[in-house]
Amino acid sequence: MNFKNRDIISIKDFSKEEIEFVLDYAKHMIPYAQGEKHTTLLQEKILATLFFEPSTRTRLSFESAMHRLGGRVIGFSDPSGTSQKKGESLADTIRMADAYSDAIVIRHPQEGAARLAAEFAEVPVLNAGDGAGQHPTQCLLDLFTILTEKKKIKGNNVVLLGDLKYGRTVHSLAYALALFKADLTFVSPETLKMPKEVINECKELGVEPTSTTSLEKAIKDADVLYVTRIQKERFPDAEEYNRVVGSYKVDTALLQEAKKDLIVMHPLPRVIEIDPSVDTTTHALYFKEAFNGIPVRMALLSLIFGGKKL
Amino acid sequence: MKELKITPIKDGTVIDHITPGRALKVLRVLKIPESTSSVVSVLMNVSGKKGKKDIVKVENRELDPKELDKIALIAPKATINIIRDYEVVKKHIVEIPDEVVGITRCSNPTCISNAREPVESRFHVISKDPPRIRCYYCEREPEDIAEGII
Repeated sequence: MNFKNRDIISIKDFSKEEIEFVLDYAKHMIPYAQGEKHTTLLQEKILATLFFEPSTRTRLSFESAMHRLGGRVIGFSDPSGTSQKKGESLADTIRMADAYSDAIVIRHPQEGAARLAAEFAEVPVLNAGDGAGQHPTQCLLDLFTILTEKKKIKGNNVVLLGDLKYGRTVHSLAYALALFKADLTFVSPETLKMPKEVINECKELGVEPTSTTSLEKAIKDADVLYVTRIQKERFPDAEEYNRVVGSYKVDTALLQEAKKDLIVMHPLPRVIEIDPSVDTTTHALYFKEAFNGIPVRMALLSLIFGGKKL
Repeated sequence: MKELKITPIKDGTVIDHITPGRALKVLRVLKIPESTSSVVSVLMNVSGKKGKKDIVKVENRELDPKELDKIALIAPKATINIIRDYEVVKKHIVEIPDEVVGITRCSNPTCISNAREPVESRFHVISKDPPRIRCYYCEREPEDIAEGII
């Protein structure tokens, strides 16, 4: 399986076997991600991280992953200090980053930005989130988290909760989970339901998702509860946001109804959708999930630079 | 009372079986009249054997049938007839290409292809009947393809 120089734009660019390969590779990265083992695998390489939108975990974990592999990082986390502010096109910014680095990580508020970047860059481009579009590395780390905790993905009842309309992580994840034949339940307010095209994709992959507005009903049979934030920044108007914010809250009372081995995941940041009292329960997996971003991104970086298994 | 009839053309191209109401969009896709000085006739809601249809006739000009495939997205049943001396010398049923470039705009306003970037709109055709396309950039499917015709 050859990933050398490959762009990582959408989870749909991966076959099931390729995803399994990356997840297996990531397992071997854990001791390096934790700093227990050391490597200089990418010591000659420079990674450019272009963040046109705010990020904490994705940017830091990409940078940490590159440093753990012995590489170096350049980039920005606020486009106000760049030529974009002067009206430069994304295509031109990418041409510059292409000349200055060996791979590019991009987060951008517009859907399709990473695909466009890949057209203008010779070096590999990794999508770190494009608007309400794709976020393939988040999807891979979510799959990695389910796989390491549940030992398999197939057959688990995964409940996706919250903003299923605008949330980019849930669209990629629903597709990938269907690819692995997980059972899917979508829980959201009526106005934030999963788009039809995502549901159709799941059906085309042989999975018939269940949709409901009742978290209380869905929680009883869940093996994985994937919670998402209602993202204010994606709403076209504030009124629509105000109507749905606070629709769901995961707290210890709700979890009384859940299976003992239910895991609660969240791409973070959370605001009010998971009560802090859940953090100390055995259900809470979201901080470990955030850590998993490092071994998964280390695996991807190693692979696109043609690295051998450590 | 005088009646205005559209007569058969001697030489040129007839685009027949256009989905009713889509003839003007077909002209837009083909950049007619800007791309030609020929006489162009448009007939709308003509009764045919299989119900209503639109027809476009371009006189004294043979349009390249393959070039006309791009109208297949909005008029998937259209046929192209090349006419010489009142006879149909070539007939071609349009076929949707595998990729559609620069014909229709992405319906997603925040798609990067709608921004000020040096790229044309680009779609993968995921189904030919009924026509369904997916944006190469943002991966969204427009609900009404004809709506986005550039």
